[in-house]
Amino acid sequence: MSVNKEWTPNIVAFCCNWCSYAGADLAGSGRMNYPANVKIIRIPCSCRLNPMFVLRAFQRGADGVILCGCHPGDCHYSTGNYYARRRMTVLFSLLDFMGIERGRTRVEWVSAAEGAKFAATMNDFVKTVTELGENKKLGDLRCKK
Amino acid sequence: MQEMIVNRLRELLASGDYAGVIGWSKGETPFDRTPGLFTEKDLDRLCYDSFCGSNLSKYLIANAKDKKVIALLKPCDCYSFNQMCTEHRIQRENVYVIGVGCKGKIDGEKIRNGGIKGITGVSEEGDLLKIETLYGEKEISRKDVLLDKCLSCKGKEHKCADEVIGESEDTSVGNKYELVEKLDAMTPEERFEFWRGELSKCIRCNACRNACPACSCIKCVFDNPKSGVENKAAADDFEENLFHIIRAYHVAGRCTDCGECSRACPQGIPLHLLNRKIIKDINELYGDYQAGEEIGQRHPLTDFTFEDDEPSVVERRGGGK
Repeated sequence: MSVNKEWTPNIVAFCCNWCSYAGADLAGSGRMNYPANVKIIRIPCSCRLNPMFVLRAFQRGADGVILCGCHPGDCHYSTGNYYARRRMTVLFSLLDFMGIERGRTRVEWVSAAEGAKFAATMNDFVKTVTELGENKKLGDLRCKK
Repeated sequence: MQEMIVNRLRELLASGDYAGVIGWSKGETPFDRTPGLFTEKDLDRLCYDSFCGSNLSKYLIANAKDKKVIALLKPCDCYSFNQMCTEHRIQRENVYVIGVGCKGKIDGEKIRNGGIKGITGVSEEGDLLKIETLYGEKEISRKDVLLDKCLSCKGKEHKCADEVIGESEDTSVGNKYELVEKLDAMTPEERFEFWRGELSKCIRCNACRNACPACSCIKCVFDNPKSGVENKAAADDFEENLFHIIRAYHVAGRCTDCGECSRACPQGIPLHLLNRKIIKDINELYGDYQAGEEIGQRHPLTDFTFEDDEPSVVERRGGGK
């Protein structure tokens, strides 16, 4: 087996069960391409995302974290994504304040019908993070030996 | 003022309605004040002067649970008290709040850092501090050695007092967001270096967590041995980062900006800047909000409007390059 020595980013995508996860499914069944370094974690609602999850993902070697949820107004639980929107804004701003590059975190609303948008979003996000390079600032070096 | 307070406390305690008083007593050094619960017997030990900087609201969570107590609160402590009442951590009816006058509290560290050594005692005369040292007596102005948190004073009004003893004074100077704005104007690399420098000093004593009135969960994620960040020995490299981000974020919207985190930090890390950044963001994005202004407020992160900005606003907003 040949080992690919070239660095590719590790991306963690938190997807809400009702919209974005189904959107990712649609992207798959529609045979659309998106990079294999995106690891999807399903959460019940975008507002399930504890900020600790984001930091843990970075600590355990993620180079970028993206949250995908239902469009505002379409949340399965009516209002979850409105709360997530405020929380993530404040968290991202705090990370920025501590000097973590802004491009490493993103929130994108993807509905179950938007397989193409899901693929496009992931392609774009992976491109952004690849340009930023490896996440050293928030990473826990123990996990990278 | 101490005499007035003690006399009033004697009256109140004699009624037998209250189990005790939450207040301060003299500590080991001339400017060390230890919080404690006082009963009628040991009321003589109670002390109130310019060194009682610590916020007593937090102690009411444990002490006012199943009994009625009297609390001595400064104007800034009232905000934390209201916030804790809002969160049902303190039963308002269990606490009789005596608002005590405050004209700014003094930072012992600042006296020492000013080059005054061998301090054996301190006394006050108006705006002057008379410091007795092994090498003779010295005088300094109170204004020069106020606690950092007093420089961003929230005002002289007691927001929750049942009665007020003594006069207060607003000691705020300048723009409290000055340092936050200065950091915002740096490049991300400079900011990162700044925080790495500051947070690397952290010894994970958890004093910031334990002093913070808002940070009072019954079970804390950082006490979990499986978390890998339980203590300094378990933490590695920049691990403290995670702790401090979560500590600051966890009180987002609930932080009253009382400044206890920085005051309690033995390493002098300006931890309140993280909280103040969050407060500034919330004020700018979701409208002005002061946690603990009154009991029963709904804080901005448990609220929303349909027109809120998307998180990508962080990339567009000013600050840094």
